[in-house]
Amino acid sequence: MSKPYLNAGLAHPVANELDAPYWQGLSEEVLRIQQCVHCAGWQWGPEWVCHHCLSDEVTFVEVAPEGVIYSYERVWHPVHPALADQGPYLVVLVSLPQAGNVRLVGNLLGDPMQEVRIGARVKGVFEHHLDGQPAFSLLQWCIHSD
Amino acid sequence: MAGTMRGRVAIVGVGETEYYKRGQAPDAEFKLALQAIVKACADAGVDPKTIDGFASYSNDRSDPSHLAAALGCRELRFANMQWGGGGGGGSGAVANAAAAIHAGLAETVVVFRALAQGQFGRFGQGPQRNTISGDMAHTVPYGLMSPAQMFAMKVVRFMHDYGVEQSALRAISLACYEHAQHNPRAVMHGRPLDEATYEASRWIVEPFHLFDCCMENDGAAAMVLMSAERAKDFAQQPAYVLAAVAGSHYRAGASVHNTPDYATSTFKTLAPRLYEMAGVEPGDIDVLQSYENFTGGVLMSLVEHGFCEPEACNDFFVKERFLAPSGELPLNTSGGNLAECYMHGLGLNIEAVRQIRGASTRQVTDVDLSMVISGPMVTPVSSCILGSEATV
Repeated sequence: MSKPYLNAGLAHPVANELDAPYWQGLSEEVLRIQQCVHCAGWQWGPEWVCHHCLSDEVTFVEVAPEGVIYSYERVWHPVHPALADQGPYLVVLVSLPQAGNVRLVGNLLGDPMQEVRIGARVKGVFEHHLDGQPAFSLLQWCIHSD
Repeated sequence: MAGTMRGRVAIVGVGETEYYKRGQAPDAEFKLALQAIVKACADAGVDPKTIDGFASYSNDRSDPSHLAAALGCRELRFANMQWGGGGGGGSGAVANAAAAIHAGLAETVVVFRALAQGQFGRFGQGPQRNTISGDMAHTVPYGLMSPAQMFAMKVVRFMHDYGVEQSALRAISLACYEHAQHNPRAVMHGRPLDEATYEASRWIVEPFHLFDCCMENDGAAAMVLMSAERAKDFAQQPAYVLAAVAGSHYRAGASVHNTPDYATSTFKTLAPRLYEMAGVEPGDIDVLQSYENFTGGVLMSLVEHGFCEPEACNDFFVKERFLAPSGELPLNTSGGNLAECYMHGLGLNIEAVRQIRGASTRQVTDVDLSMVISGPMVTPVSSCILGSEATV
């Protein structure tokens, strides 16, 4: 397993009632996004009801971990002690065209000083933290090579 | 407009504690709140015991019932909190107070905000705990956790969409710092900023240099509001509330950066309501205070309040335009959150009142319309337009 993108020491994500299928999916290398059973509308972050039709029959559906960079930022100033020696890092906001253009936050793997292009296609990379308390997995992104 | 509260309520008193660097206030937060309120009452010539309402925002910790008890207020009739974090509620609290007075729920309402970060901790730090769940579990593990990081993502997209250059952000920062050099209350008084220093300053998160980010301060600010009829009997020239609005667009609160209209200061739906209530247009505004959490928020706020087309930002955002007294659109004339004090933006509302009174340290000539934009990029946000006697 390769080294995680960010230095260890940030808070570990813990699933709650709303997003547990998402976190379980990442540990299985599957991306699951919330979709309405009634109207097939997508939404993210997860909610108790569908914001399109207000049905409470919402479920999690597997989608391809591929997306498009909607926005990004290069962070320099560490606001957490764990990142004191990190240096600059890239956070991306990735939209998923195959899931109603919902957006996910992640890191863009590779050189933190690389030029980032809004609209660039990216694919997901599952980053497992088996030593986490509890163990967890993140979804990172890299530029789509083809 | 039927039932409008345009011009029916006025701000008659303003008060501020000394402004301190964060963590350096000698007094407890609650005491700072009391000091600012008593000062605002003294400014107005109002007996603090006659205050019968309090309005604040951003989960202020100074509880109205406790304030009323501490001040010996005879009766409490209005205790109001504008929901939402950041400074988005600054002018919203003014709207709530004015609406309460206009509706007859209370007669003398204080709008206030108090902050003592040494006592209660900072905004600009990430959460330091072992685990996290809910919305922040989807951002914090990726190193996205501070306000600067939350909002840079919006500003990057806006600048990309409209080809906005760094110089536009820089102009805002330079104007604020230049105004602060004339304001002895300003924390950055005596600390001028030039273009080279701005450019050489470290990145916090691109596109925000250090000087694109607000300070964090300790202190308190308060304003006293009452009906326009009563206002004429008190000491100061009233600043009439011509319009005050708060809110946000469709699903602005969608979590994990999923609001459909993303690269916005959140004012697109509100600004037309503001101008409609006031019965004025952007070109009528004499002086503007626009909340700088980060300069990028000011940029989008001015666009969405109709001062500039988004495609024209690079030409519009030049320092000279924003300098009082001579610029076309004097901006943040006290130094604002960047260089006067970060009192969650209520200092901007107080500066807007000073401009109506003719009492600013960087006074604009003959101010009739004085506008405040509060807390861009959060939800709800708010803005207000104050007017002189001539406007009502």
